[in-house]
Amino acid sequence: MTVTAAGAGVVGTRLLRREDPALLSGEARYVDDLAVPGALHLVMVRSPHAHARIVSVDLEAARSMPGVVAAFSGVDLAGQWAAPMPCAWPVTEDMVSPPHYPLAVEETAYVGDGVAVVVAATRAQAQDAAAAVDVAYEVLPAALDLEEAAADRVAAHSALASNRSYTWELTPDPAAVERAFAEAAVTVSERYVQQRLIPAAMEPRGVCVVPQPFGGELVVYSATQIPHILRTMVGVTAGVPESRLRIVAPAVGGGFGSKLNVYAEELLCVVLARTLRRPVRWNEERSEGAVATIHGRGQVQTIELAADADGKVTAVRARILADMGAYHQLVTPGIPILGAFLYHGVYDVAAYSFECIGVFTNKTPTDAYRGAGRPEATYAIERAIDALGRRLGLDPVEIRRRNFIAPERFPYTSSAGLVFDSGEYARALDMALELAGYGDLRAEQARRREHGDRRLLGIGLSSYVEMCGLAPSRVLASLRYAAGGWEAATVRMLPTGKVQVVSGASPHGQGHVTSWSMIVADKLGVSPEDVEVLHSDTALSPFGMDTYGSRSLSVGGTAIAMAADRVVDKARLLAAHQLECAPEDLELHGGELAVKGSPTRSVAMGQLAFDAFTAHDLPEGMEPNLEASVTFDPTNFTFPFGTHVAVVEVDTETGRVDLVRYTAVDDCGNQINPLIVDGQVHGGIAQGVGQALWEEAVYDAAGNLLTTGLGDYLVPSACELPSFTVGRTVTPSPSNPLGVKGIGEAGTIASTPAVVNAVIDALAPLGVTDLDMPVTPERVWRALEGAARSGAGIPTSEGGAA
Amino acid sequence: MQVTITVNGTSETHEVETRTLLVHYLREACGHTGTNVGCDTTSCGACTVLLDGESVKSCTVLAAQADGRDVTTIEGMASPDGTLHPIQQAFHEEHGLQCGYCTPGMVMAAASFLKENPDPTEAEVREALEGNLCRCTGYHNIVQSILAAAKNRELVS
Repeated sequence: MTVTAAGAGVVGTRLLRREDPALLSGEARYVDDLAVPGALHLVMVRSPHAHARIVSVDLEAARSMPGVVAAFSGVDLAGQWAAPMPCAWPVTEDMVSPPHYPLAVEETAYVGDGVAVVVAATRAQAQDAAAAVDVAYEVLPAALDLEEAAADRVAAHSALASNRSYTWELTPDPAAVERAFAEAAVTVSERYVQQRLIPAAMEPRGVCVVPQPFGGELVVYSATQIPHILRTMVGVTAGVPESRLRIVAPAVGGGFGSKLNVYAEELLCVVLARTLRRPVRWNEERSEGAVATIHGRGQVQTIELAADADGKVTAVRARILADMGAYHQLVTPGIPILGAFLYHGVYDVAAYSFECIGVFTNKTPTDAYRGAGRPEATYAIERAIDALGRRLGLDPVEIRRRNFIAPERFPYTSSAGLVFDSGEYARALDMALELAGYGDLRAEQARRREHGDRRLLGIGLSSYVEMCGLAPSRVLASLRYAAGGWEAATVRMLPTGKVQVVSGASPHGQGHVTSWSMIVADKLGVSPEDVEVLHSDTALSPFGMDTYGSRSLSVGGTAIAMAADRVVDKARLLAAHQLECAPEDLELHGGELAVKGSPTRSVAMGQLAFDAFTAHDLPEGMEPNLEASVTFDPTNFTFPFGTHVAVVEVDTETGRVDLVRYTAVDDCGNQINPLIVDGQVHGGIAQGVGQALWEEAVYDAAGNLLTTGLGDYLVPSACELPSFTVGRTVTPSPSNPLGVKGIGEAGTIASTPAVVNAVIDALAPLGVTDLDMPVTPERVWRALEGAARSGAGIPTSEGGAA
Repeated sequence: MQVTITVNGTSETHEVETRTLLVHYLREACGHTGTNVGCDTTSCGACTVLLDGESVKSCTVLAAQADGRDVTTIEGMASPDGTLHPIQQAFHEEHGLQCGYCTPGMVMAAASFLKENPDPTEAEVREALEGNLCRCTGYHNIVQSILAAAKNRELVS
């Protein structure tokens, strides 16, 4: 079922964003822009050691510094917490978590772990005083390497018997997997490292808590993706009645999962504003955020494929070590599980086995980062399928075609237990190959090899499917997630015919105001400019599940569409009453409800809104006003898919890799606004390419993060990237009435393996088939040197790496 | 110390600590919060403003250094009636922004660059944006915005 435009027909058009003028003129207010008279500034004192026992915290000097109002250690604040820092996803019954409080009490577990806070009249004063806090540490051995931590060589926490937090398994039919590998004509076994990434949203985090007068509520302004979840969690953790907390996410400058959390600084500002009865604010510095905001990825993956002689994959077996970092943040343990079902990718594989071990290390906690589990899964299967193709001498296109789930198999029940809603994988592949000019690229690649060109061409493919629209609440229950996955919406027509939409989703760059007003405009037959969208304030939208996991449109947008339908249903009853006809004889056209076949007998929606407001003449039993609220809980995920093609030039003398062309064909079902979809794809690609080529959170042997600034941590700039060619196929989702799938994470999921596959495609003839990310010039150069020394390469000419 | 800077055409005098950075002067003393702070290492360019018509990262200039000079921030780009500057308009039309945090810096960097190079190639635009980071757009539409702004200006002149 798909939605057809009822009125203005704006859905599907490239409507310019309504959010833009405020952002373009500097009028938008991010947390740090809020003028709050009398606000105190909080600065954290953080552990300089990866693992240490806190011997003493001396705050005397800091307390006597100019402007300082208060200073506290973890011990001082221990009585303030009604519960530890929240983790909402205990993935197994026996999952182990270390004690975790906003300030460490006995032991610090990573560089950046908070040990004390200083609150002062100005930020500079608080910073000066924080530098005067004297903390004595007894340095303990630190568990830094993931595999060594998994082997329990060094304890990450003195309080835990093992660094292993949990083991999560999914092997529906173990015998089938064993049989497939025993009978396989060919097997592939690969090991990949998902390096740690720093999300690096352009706006650092920030929070400002303002106690209301007369013993009232606490208003928490936070740069967060999750005002609703934050309200509940702050209530539970700080012991504040939830009803007396109002969370507002003002303009938020990007999140990518890093603001999908409940952070120590948010809780500390709440508790100190409550204690000091003054507004308290904290703003993160970039170099502080590098250690204090969650990291992404951090896995060691082993993936094995069993296949027959034609390259048909018969089984996938994946074994993952997942770096939790020092603590479980909000959804840390569940991130690898979001990928657990997708290690067979877009391929029809009968036997499936997955196991993940979550491991603590003395590093910044990991958590959701754009794609969250699904990029890791896609990277593993897309590199492995290329490895299988190489083994069999099959082109990457051919090995994929032989294994795609065929269109007639949908809805497709996977061996991992999911039901893929809809898909036409070969169609997206075909379009991508055509847009990329695949045949010409292969010819150019061959030409360069023949001529011994030192700059070799590599062509990399990635065909992906992801699982979006988080999430059906019953499925979340089966995965032991602590909350539901629904979304709430209200649509109301005001007396003047203007429309208010209240959404529980919480945007931070996605353009929700534009998209939601488009959906409602078509439903009600009004102009998008007549639709006001209210969001990101728990006082305006009491219920919500917020924004992450490409869920806002497929879950939240659906709730809005359904609420708008209900408003029309009610308007129809009122119009039928006024026009003395049957409700089913009325059709909505151009903002008017008219009797079918006699269009002059009609009444405008705006008039009906006014009449419902005055309530002078309503049908018997009808309540005044045109308003409807819907909470939509999806019955299934959505499964966007597509194929990306990356083209790289690899300099065989310097190891430098240049991404020279990039083609993306994505299928996100029906599109509300293709302009916004394009933007999501572009940004996603850049982030995924960043992982492939440049980005890595690098630690030294003592557990200090070395990449704390944007000069060291290489977020790509415009010079490193080409323009992108994007195309789209449209396979509507049957999972929701809008037929939409989600696009926020697709680019990031697809692009990382496409780029690495391209580099290996360039270098495989020289014997290089194994490269870890980021694929730096040094890594490439060393791999080429190693291959040349071992004579692994197939010499093609006098050029190359010889 | 006392610092007098003409910000968006209006001369303002404020008492500041000598260590005050221009960006903090603009945000805190003048209340122009459109200029954002995205890092502490002069890497991100979110705080880019025009100092005597040329782009600078206002986190790397002391307020004292701007004493007696002329600063334009993002708030000074649109017409008083709210009509967007052609570069702002181009960012709107080409979807050159998402979360908007890097946007003021991007617009100011583009304004300075297009004055130097009114008819740039795509490669020149990308080179010019090296000091301005964006995490949302992948730069594709930012580059398109600046090329479109250059083209529109050509059509006008």
